[in-house]
Amino acid sequence: MTLSTLLTIAVPEIIILIAAMSVLLLGVFYKNTTSLFGITQLTLLIAAYFTAQLPIDVKLTAFNEMFIADSLSMFLKLLSYFALSLVLIYSRSFLQSRNLHNGEFYALTLFALLGINLIISSYHLLSLYMGLELLSLSLYTLVAFDRNRPEATEAAMKYFVLGAVASGFLLYGFSILYGITGSLQIAEISSRLADTSINPVVISFALVFVVVGIAFKFGAAPFQLWVPDVYQGSATPITMFISSVPKFASVAMLIRLLFQGLDHMVLDWQAMLLIMAIVSMLFGNITAIAQTKIKRLLAYSAISHVGFMFLGLATGTITGIASALMYIAVYVVMTLASFGLIIHLSNQGKELDQITDFSGLGKQKPWSAFLLLLIFLSLAGIPPTIGFYAKFSIIQATIQFGWIWPAVIAVMSALIGIFYYLRIIKVAYFDEPGKNLNQVSKSSNNELSVTLSINTISLLIIGLFPSSLMDIATLTSALIF
Amino acid sequence: MVTLSHYLFLGGILFAISILGIFLNRKNIILILMAIELMLLAVNINFIAFSHYLGDLSGQIFVFFILTVAAAESAIGLAIIILIFRNYKSINVADVNRLKE
Repeated sequence: MTLSTLLTIAVPEIIILIAAMSVLLLGVFYKNTTSLFGITQLTLLIAAYFTAQLPIDVKLTAFNEMFIADSLSMFLKLLSYFALSLVLIYSRSFLQSRNLHNGEFYALTLFALLGINLIISSYHLLSLYMGLELLSLSLYTLVAFDRNRPEATEAAMKYFVLGAVASGFLLYGFSILYGITGSLQIAEISSRLADTSINPVVISFALVFVVVGIAFKFGAAPFQLWVPDVYQGSATPITMFISSVPKFASVAMLIRLLFQGLDHMVLDWQAMLLIMAIVSMLFGNITAIAQTKIKRLLAYSAISHVGFMFLGLATGTITGIASALMYIAVYVVMTLASFGLIIHLSNQGKELDQITDFSGLGKQKPWSAFLLLLIFLSLAGIPPTIGFYAKFSIIQATIQFGWIWPAVIAVMSALIGIFYYLRIIKVAYFDEPGKNLNQVSKSSNNELSVTLSINTISLLIIGLFPSSLMDIATLTSALIF
Repeated sequence: MVTLSHYLFLGGILFAISILGIFLNRKNIILILMAIELMLLAVNINFIAFSHYLGDLSGQIFVFFILTVAAAESAIGLAIIILIFRNYKSINVADVNRLKE
């Protein structure tokens, strides 16, 4: 394989790396952060162009099969660029008003994106681990970014400790896998595990550690300890980033390790994923009812959404993966809209924090209230929004696989979830305005509100025509194997 | 005769100690950082033992990468601890609990 073919496969990553380092350097000399914003968005556009150039139906590998470009990597990478671009548009005014808008923010998000891309494209345990650490270290720093606020540093501490433990678990699993198979390359691990002379107990021992590590990174119950604190403690744009783009990396990590590497242990990890899916759905939705802070509520709702995703993945079928990919794409768009709305309604001094802060929104800002209605209906999974179709496809895949009672539990937990989502809508439309909302800024900047409107309306429009998104997800998952 | 299983036992014991160190520790955040380092070292012992046993070098190369990442990780960890000390005037685990409801 010539150097030029190698470079074509990895060219998006190379561009992101160069851009991240240049932004870091430029941020020191130029105080004009608007141009850094432009450079970052341009980088995402160029990277997306080069990613889209790669063929979708061929698996290309590079660097001694450490790096792979296939349908899954293209699907998830393009979504990551799109999501990060939205995060940056939403964050700008918030960061500017709090004196956090500087070059480091863009450099760190680009490094995190590089880590995400590396995880998505990794076909070797070493490159997977390096990508994971690049992502995690950037995220710890981003959480601590608002460094004079005690809550942010505390959240960073908790995230750091639990994230490091997760990496430790994952690594311990990797070391056992290496010992069993004598290889670190994912396809080779899979072919060597096909050998029936290996004691299955040893493989399950490694598998437990790997699954625990993945679940920690996803924030699935019972490994969800860090999620509420990190969501609440970090600045809202950072929370938005953490809750959206890294989820693509987590799902890629799960598919690469479990579906491609440990595919012979499918019965073992299926049971683990199913249990975590059910626990996450029930725990997330039930605990969210008791929350009074909006970011904490969204954290518990994130846990329950991860549960739904795990349910689709646990089936281990192509339809299951397709529904999970569809779900994650929809979830990220919904969660971006929900945090975008929080940023939109926050002003200089006061951040929208309590659920009661939404009260009276329907009378004072009808358009924002309408967007809130759409976002939370979609999160709750009520038709005609896209959230309904995403949940529907997961449950459909589960029933097709023959799991009736997990599907019943999923529907029940979705019903529990509707309660607290509708309560927010009720507060916004029917409660008397408190004094909080009067302080909320009359007009935040234009590009934010326009993007937010488009983002939210798209939840409705894709919800009316979901088949094209589902077709892409099905095509992607059919080409993975 | 020291065999592979001895090294694996050592790795397992170190890993267990580090987990206990993180979750039972109620005193100092620095101790947590040390426990995290210990956890990575346990993994390193596993990798080197397997690498020698299998006669395959890639495990040892993995260890180099883990060591590098561990250094970066503790740098960030210490930076976060400094921020905690500035904001809370303490690095006691029990004092850092504002995010509870």
